[in-house]
Amino acid sequence: MNKIGIVFAREYGTRVRKRSFLIVTILLPLIIIGFYVAIIAVSISKNTTEQRVAVIDKAGIFDGKDQKIKEFSFHLFPADSADELASTYNKEGYDGYLLIPDSSIAYPSGIHFQRTSEAGSDAENDLNDDLAGLIGHKRMEAAHMDPEKIKQLTPEVSIVATIGNESRQSVSTVARATGYIAGFLIYFILLIYGTTVMRGVTEEKTTRIAEVIVSSVRPFELMMGKILGIGAVGLTQFVIWGFLIYLLQLIVPYAFPQIGRDLHGSGFGGMMGMLLQQAKSLNFPLILGCFVFYFLGGYFLYASLFAAVGSAVSDDAQEAQQMVLPITLIVVFSLVLMTKATAAPNSGLAVFGSIFPLTSPIVMMGRIPYGIPTIPLWQLLASMVLLIGTFMFTTWACGKIYRTGILMYGKKITFREMLKWAAKKD
Amino acid sequence: MSALLDVQHLKKYFDNQRAVDDISFAIPNGSIFGLLGPNGAGKTTLLRMITGIFYPDSGQIFFDGRKFGSDELINIGYMPEERGLYKKMKIGEQALYLARLKGLSHAEAMEKIHYWFHRLDMDTWYNKKTQDLSKGMGQKLQFVTTILHNPRLIILDEPFSGLDPVNANLIKDEIYELSRKGATIIFSTHRMEQVEEICDHIILVNQGKKILDGTVSQVKQDFKEHLYRLEVAGELHELRHPSFESVHVQGASLILRIAPGFSSNDVLNAFIGSGQSIVSFQELLPSLNDIFIKLVEGTPLARRFQTAV
Repeated sequence: MNKIGIVFAREYGTRVRKRSFLIVTILLPLIIIGFYVAIIAVSISKNTTEQRVAVIDKAGIFDGKDQKIKEFSFHLFPADSADELASTYNKEGYDGYLLIPDSSIAYPSGIHFQRTSEAGSDAENDLNDDLAGLIGHKRMEAAHMDPEKIKQLTPEVSIVATIGNESRQSVSTVARATGYIAGFLIYFILLIYGTTVMRGVTEEKTTRIAEVIVSSVRPFELMMGKILGIGAVGLTQFVIWGFLIYLLQLIVPYAFPQIGRDLHGSGFGGMMGMLLQQAKSLNFPLILGCFVFYFLGGYFLYASLFAAVGSAVSDDAQEAQQMVLPITLIVVFSLVLMTKATAAPNSGLAVFGSIFPLTSPIVMMGRIPYGIPTIPLWQLLASMVLLIGTFMFTTWACGKIYRTGILMYGKKITFREMLKWAAKKD
Repeated sequence: MSALLDVQHLKKYFDNQRAVDDISFAIPNGSIFGLLGPNGAGKTTLLRMITGIFYPDSGQIFFDGRKFGSDELINIGYMPEERGLYKKMKIGEQALYLARLKGLSHAEAMEKIHYWFHRLDMDTWYNKKTQDLSKGMGQKLQFVTTILHNPRLIILDEPFSGLDPVNANLIKDEIYELSRKGATIIFSTHRMEQVEEICDHIILVNQGKKILDGTVSQVKQDFKEHLYRLEVAGELHELRHPSFESVHVQGASLILRIAPGFSSNDVLNAFIGSGQSIVSFQELLPSLNDIFIKLVEGTPLARRFQTAV
């Protein structure tokens, strides 16, 4: 249909060229990701200002050598300079003065640390850890144990659970997270682009251009052009976001090598490694395919509902709020079902929610990352067929409501009337 | 002259009213046709059926002899009473969009836009937004977007409302010019003096029914009340004569109604016989306004605000 194309081009073109589109699409993700990078960087970075510590090591735990451990650099002084050093370490450029009595290997509680200002709890913990490590080493030596051997003997446990008779790793943790994210994205898509459609329709109605346009275009063509155009804006936005995220994850390790290294060092690494391992066994083509499908299916379904409501609203913004409430509630309810479905993908509620077409776009996305044998294929197919059928029906019915609604002025329209328009024959 | 638009037994009933109740009329090719009626008479519904926005419940519309269908939409330009343009869209793009929806190619549309924008002194408007225009300027733009695609049938619903006299004249001249070039124009209004000035042919609609149909002069003849104004030199001496009754006396002039069976000559003879010297004698035809009021008055004028269901 040529005219749908012209409407589509306008809806798409005017939105994509808007300054706010550029800001939301390009700047916003950069800001959000930058924010997260900053948070991670700050939380995992250690206090890197070097602390010079003057040490009197009567117990010999430093083996008589100056050492650098974490942020501390320990400088040894002869034992007889203890009294002098206590009063002069500051002048000689040391941040602190550490006195390790000779009984420290047996009784470490006698160690004394003196400094001019508070060290902060991180530094104190680090110092405790450092000394505990050194003393531990000495104790093992005394017990004739090889520290390297002990390290080798300590096991690292990670259960390998397999599903069915496939030799595939269980993906519960990462599937849940992925489902959550995907469900949330669909939720935002439905609400944001749905209300964009509604506002567009209401704008055409209140500026009265609808009447001019429907004298050259069928109302259904106008509605479809608008829905498709705004949907394409959404897709464009997602493609750009996907591309940006891909770029960033390439760039971040190079731009901030510190973060990558710190992540590994901080024990975070082990968990990440486990999750990445799980993520590799996720069925990404399936997830991505379903995401696009439910994105479009859910969007078409809800956009037509939003368009119908938008066409029935007269200029009153408050009235619009009231009328979209039932739709918004269903979407929010889907989100609640989805959080349940990510935790228990085969619970009755999750199965129902992922097949029922009004909730399925969000709820099914919460289940899909668990993969096909966990989610029976028939459920996925039933959900898809029902969704397609429903959006074709709502588009048709809402088209009829829309056609009448956009030319009606000055009267508050009830849902009953809207149903009557939808049921009316041409 | 053949009829460009032929409307036969058109009906459109809404839930609670008969918005258009069996209306038929034909519009001769190239004429300027007035569609009159009080508020809520069904004019807008009628126009919406002619522009293909509504489907009639029954009845038929023929355009240039063919049954009206969506192929004819390109031949129609409709300017609704409630003006509508996108507020935030640039004017040039907006005009292009509306023209392309009518079926013009990009190049054709641009050519027409340049022509009309130049003609109506709108050359500086391309990159402005509609929200920056005054009401009258918006009206002008709306008019241009209506006629841009060279429609054979132009439907103008209250085209002059909100226009200052200069711009109103400008638009009026364009309407005449379009008509001269062969376009047929439907002109819907309740401003009777404009109708009298512009239209060849009118119909009057009330409560969904057509109650009057004819050329302006014919309608006036049909509704004449045999009233004449007679003016004499000097003072008027009242005169009784079976050929007329006097309706109103004002200084040296008299408004009189000629009695049935008599002619104006009888009246003049009577006055001449009385020795008064006559300065002028002319027939008073009713104005469309009078006819309108006479026909519509007494019917429940303000029907419920039109509800299109």
